[in-house]
Amino acid sequence: MTEPLLEVDDLEVSFGDVPAVRGAGFRLMPGERVAVVGASGSGKSTTAHAIMGLLPGTGHVTSGRIRFRGEDVTHAGEHRLRRLRGREIGLVPQDPMSNLNPVSRVGHQVAETLVAHGLAGRGEAKRRAVEILAEAGLPDPARRARQYPHEFSGGMRQRVLIAIGLACRPDLLIADEPTSALDVTVQRQILDHLEKLTQDLGTALLLVTHDLGLAADRADHVVVMSDGQVVETGPAREILTDPEHEYTRRLVAAAPSLTTTTHRSAPAAEPVLEVAGVSKEYRIRGGGGALRAADDVSFTVRRGQTTAIVGESGSGKTTTAHMVLGLVAPTSGTIQLDGTDVTAGRRTARRAMQAVFQDPYGSLDPMFTVERLITEPLRIFGIGDRSSRRARVAELLDQVGLTPSMAQRYPNELSGGQRQRVAIARALAPSPRLVVCDEAVSALDVLVQDQILRLLESLQQELGLSYLFISHDLAVVRSIAHDVVVMRNGRVVEQGPVAQVLGSPADPYTQQLLDAIPGAGVFS
Amino acid sequence: MARYLVNRLWQSALTLVLASVIVFIGVRALPGDPALAMAGEEADPATLAAVRAQLGLDESVVVQYLKFIGNAVTGDFGKSVRTGTPVSELLGATLPVTIQLAIYAMLVALLLGLAAGVVAAVFRGRWPEWTANGFSLFALSVPTFWLGILAVLYLSVQLGWFPASGYVSPFDHPLRGVYYLTLPAVILGLTHAAVVQRQTRSSMVATLTADFVRTARAKGLGRGAVIFRFGLRNSLIVVTTIVGLQLGGLIAGAVVTERIFSLPGIGKLTLDSVFTRDYPVIQAVVLVITAAYIVINLLVDFLYTVIDPRMRVSGRAS
Repeated sequence: MTEPLLEVDDLEVSFGDVPAVRGAGFRLMPGERVAVVGASGSGKSTTAHAIMGLLPGTGHVTSGRIRFRGEDVTHAGEHRLRRLRGREIGLVPQDPMSNLNPVSRVGHQVAETLVAHGLAGRGEAKRRAVEILAEAGLPDPARRARQYPHEFSGGMRQRVLIAIGLACRPDLLIADEPTSALDVTVQRQILDHLEKLTQDLGTALLLVTHDLGLAADRADHVVVMSDGQVVETGPAREILTDPEHEYTRRLVAAAPSLTTTTHRSAPAAEPVLEVAGVSKEYRIRGGGGALRAADDVSFTVRRGQTTAIVGESGSGKTTTAHMVLGLVAPTSGTIQLDGTDVTAGRRTARRAMQAVFQDPYGSLDPMFTVERLITEPLRIFGIGDRSSRRARVAELLDQVGLTPSMAQRYPNELSGGQRQRVAIARALAPSPRLVVCDEAVSALDVLVQDQILRLLESLQQELGLSYLFISHDLAVVRSIAHDVVVMRNGRVVEQGPVAQVLGSPADPYTQQLLDAIPGAGVFS
Repeated sequence: MARYLVNRLWQSALTLVLASVIVFIGVRALPGDPALAMAGEEADPATLAAVRAQLGLDESVVVQYLKFIGNAVTGDFGKSVRTGTPVSELLGATLPVTIQLAIYAMLVALLLGLAAGVVAAVFRGRWPEWTANGFSLFALSVPTFWLGILAVLYLSVQLGWFPASGYVSPFDHPLRGVYYLTLPAVILGLTHAAVVQRQTRSSMVATLTADFVRTARAKGLGRGAVIFRFGLRNSLIVVTTIVGLQLGGLIAGAVVTERIFSLPGIGKLTLDSVFTRDYPVIQAVVLVITAAYIVINLLVDFLYTVIDPRMRVSGRAS
């Protein structure tokens, strides 16, 4: 029997005195693809970093063992680790925007890996770097190698990072959420290419991801982590179709991409919001013409229902949402709320439309208590007095599933999911006719995301709310929307009832988006 | 890129013109009458008027300004009211001294500041950081004049390591010139070194925890390469800004240091001319310092594009 390439035994990692990984263990055979799946805080990235001796700050391994090709590297010195890093284990990090040195040419960043390991002299490394970039799927590599990271798109940067990770032909490549910052269609291309490369080179892959569907698509084995512990391991397909552990079951049930939900049927209802032929042009600096961020966009939101706008970055979905909210003035077109023109973004319209934004860490003022946050729109619009506002806070907190005692807390004392509940309560406070959710669940872990989606659904049924739901995630849209608007490059590609658009898409782009949902193939 | 540079040049020129107007008006807003200062307190009205006419003070402010600026462009700043020496001659004698002192002091500040900043960032939370931070706290809080006096007292008078005062042109005697300037430059540079240390430290701390630094380590790069090629290079953007702002301040700040070490620089000239309301000299000195400030900041902006490739495209950091 062959020796395992990597063995992690009973690994414990702490930051200061706070344990992050508590007895994690798994093994990886040469050439094998293993995915470590878990929510944020599950210890999956920490485990990956511990393997390469890259724990940040006060992080340290307190017990357990990491063996690479039979050699114990748990507490290896800097000298040994330097050979391990890059040469024997490559890393593809998460965020392509922040992982390249902004002041250094791309080709140089690949070449310096080769030079650091003595695999090539400077001139030779420069030449090899171009080849390696070409291999990673970078078009026109000779020219692009001389460029700087800011001249690259996110997908192209990720290709550069893959090139760096594989430059020295390591035996193992650790990919830490390699595509979670990218659009789905780009994600798919990158993962396809990564798969082909590792296969051709015989490189083993340790894929760290929060996305169970992606893990199932791309790995032979899946390791599920929760709270610093491994709760379940097994062949990818088995874990998804027949999860044993309670946590895995919940994870599978909550993953929107894995559930075959019945589409929400939409009874006929009058429109609340009517957007007609709306465009937004931005002049490009330096007289470079105009950019049409939104081009002749028309759709409606019906009372008590959800219309979702779905698209990738640059599709114009957020610009459209901002125009509806009156935050951005449209260049042309009209926006009507309940038959009144609100294109100019009047104050009364502001009250009738409230927003929930993506980042619950950024959208709540850290200096305000929860009560003050929720009552802010009421105070702005002069609704009620002190005591009635207080009563309203209690009512709203109850509606979004928080206890009244939370009212006096500050945002930093709350979890991400709780914060998003506060953001929803704040949006509901002035009893708006339309709630605009701009990527409102995109920053949340799968389980929390599922809870918030259910909360939005039940609030809609209870209070008859109408939602304009902006998202890049087709799987989420599929589970929450009645109507779907698919946008690309500022234009509406296709729209209609969710069952029709996503069930039998008329436009190839919609089909492409559907195909790119990770894990889609597992159940079909 | 070229467009950006041209724009910046225009902006600088405009700033310079505005600055000259402000300087001109500012000098005239000073209390005291130069004609009175020149003719003496007891002078009769007729003499005063004659002196005024001689100095051109009887003409309208606009005409005075236009004359001033027209001459200034050709390097003619008029004559000192007090001594009658051409101002350009006074500047020619004093400016090089101050520039040498400022550059030397800035080098000292960069050397000490960068070193102490890197040490503080790399050895965060351990004794080298505390030492480096202690040094900068000391340098920031102790007034330059007091430090200067102490240095003269102990290092020059008691130990005899450095000359207590005097200036030797480094162009005549390179070694002696540098030697004579060393103590003043160190004293003047210390405060600025402290600021550079603080900026370098905080900027490096942020850079060293950045994702791309972790990626560099994951490539197998050595500690030194990570700290200097990645950490320091990226921190230099912030440090360059600070150094630019400080260089201007250094020229102005040289006044005190020049006084302590009796250096015949622009600082001494400024003090003397302010006390005697020597309009032409004050005007010229302030204008020259302002111009230096603007030129230095222009250079800093160009330097950004060298350090940070992101600036080359749009002319501003993303």
